[in-house]
Amino acid sequence: MEPLRFIDKPLTWGHAGLMVLMAVAVLAVVILFVTYAIYFERKVIGWMQFRKGPNRTGPLGLLQTVADVSKLLLKEDTIPAKADRGLFILAPALAFIPSFAVLAFIPYSQHLQFADLNVGFLYYIALSGVTTIAIVIGGWASNNKYALLGGMRSAAQMISYEVPLVISVVGCVMLAGSLNLRDIVEAQSGYFWHWNFLPQIVGFAVFVVAAISELNRTPFDLPEAESELVAGYHVEYSGFRFAFFMLSEYVYVYAIACLTTILFLGGWHAPIPQLDFIPGLIWFVLKFAFVVFCLFWIRATFPRLRVDQLMGLAWKVLLPLSILNIFITAACIELFGMGG
Amino acid sequence: MEKYINSYVIVTVFLILGIAFPVVVLWLGKQLRPNKPTPAKEVTYESGNVPVGDSHIRFNVRYYLYALMFVVFDVETVFLYPWAVAYRQLGLFALTEMVIFVGLLLVGLIYAWKKKVLQWNSI
Repeated sequence: MEPLRFIDKPLTWGHAGLMVLMAVAVLAVVILFVTYAIYFERKVIGWMQFRKGPNRTGPLGLLQTVADVSKLLLKEDTIPAKADRGLFILAPALAFIPSFAVLAFIPYSQHLQFADLNVGFLYYIALSGVTTIAIVIGGWASNNKYALLGGMRSAAQMISYEVPLVISVVGCVMLAGSLNLRDIVEAQSGYFWHWNFLPQIVGFAVFVVAAISELNRTPFDLPEAESELVAGYHVEYSGFRFAFFMLSEYVYVYAIACLTTILFLGGWHAPIPQLDFIPGLIWFVLKFAFVVFCLFWIRATFPRLRVDQLMGLAWKVLLPLSILNIFITAACIELFGMGG
Repeated sequence: MEKYINSYVIVTVFLILGIAFPVVVLWLGKQLRPNKPTPAKEVTYESGNVPVGDSHIRFNVRYYLYALMFVVFDVETVFLYPWAVAYRQLGLFALTEMVIFVGLLLVGLIYAWKKKVLQWNSI
């Protein structure tokens, strides 16, 4: 993976071209991931519910998502006459742009990383907040009662869960003494008993719950509660504009799975010394796939929360727990010199 | 220094590609998809009924209270992160200061809790 060392060299046109190629490669990988994550999700949930899942389009149903996407591309795009046209068109693109831009800084292995940002995790927080705005804009611009309710609910939920999500990571930052994701992984070097999910077990639990809620996935998918709000903020969207909302949701699944792997599951490190010969990138992909599977598993298992329980959970349970986690971590560093 | 500049160049490249992708795909879709608008298609959806009234209305003030709480605690995290990065060098004094700071904010949270801001009893 030597070619990526050009990040230390002065910028030339050749390097800029390489960067563009890399970004296109990431986009291709992400779209491939989204296509098969949707297929995998439907299959896994199908098996968990004693169904077969998609199995008609292509061998084993592998082309099902491809067919769905091409159908969306060819669908007529209706914009309601009463909608705010400019904002209506802007919202799906605005939801997608930050979801893709957050992928610029994720380190996949020791040598495979694109932007090496020292602000690290803060970059993710700053950009992912923009998607909330896009959802509110989409809900408001649709000029539809369901969409407005869905958009407002979604915004309230996302900002409420963003606070514990952000605070739960402070413990990891304290142990590593850096916000840079690469340094956070290096601070966990060693085997599974060195990884953050053990000393930061409270932070890890809060992070996972808050992340599922940020992704608007079951059991926190109230903004899209089909039974009460039809489809939430994107009820008026059709065709490819709708596809962009779904795409950005799955790109965030990708980002959150990567972040969980990096922050709590030791990134590219092997779990036990005997398995050190397997390259780091493979470990990263395996852990990433495990996190994605768990997200789907949770969706198949848990019923949806009630609206009045949702906000209470964020502010009354997760926020105090995540703050407690910071001070426990601080005390442990002070008393036992933990994380060294 | 090169690394720092190059990192932000990469971020810019991702941002530009992120903007270009929806623009290109939506333009491509426009060439491919049919477009036969009728008044019936452009009616706002309301479960099959003719929509009643406008949707740009005043909504529950509760959402603003959540937004206010979010601002308070998000600003707290802005202070928490630099503190967390430098914690090893700062030691016990910084810990005490942070306990006081977070304690003050928690008093606010408890006040909001007692005022039933966190209770969600209507949409």
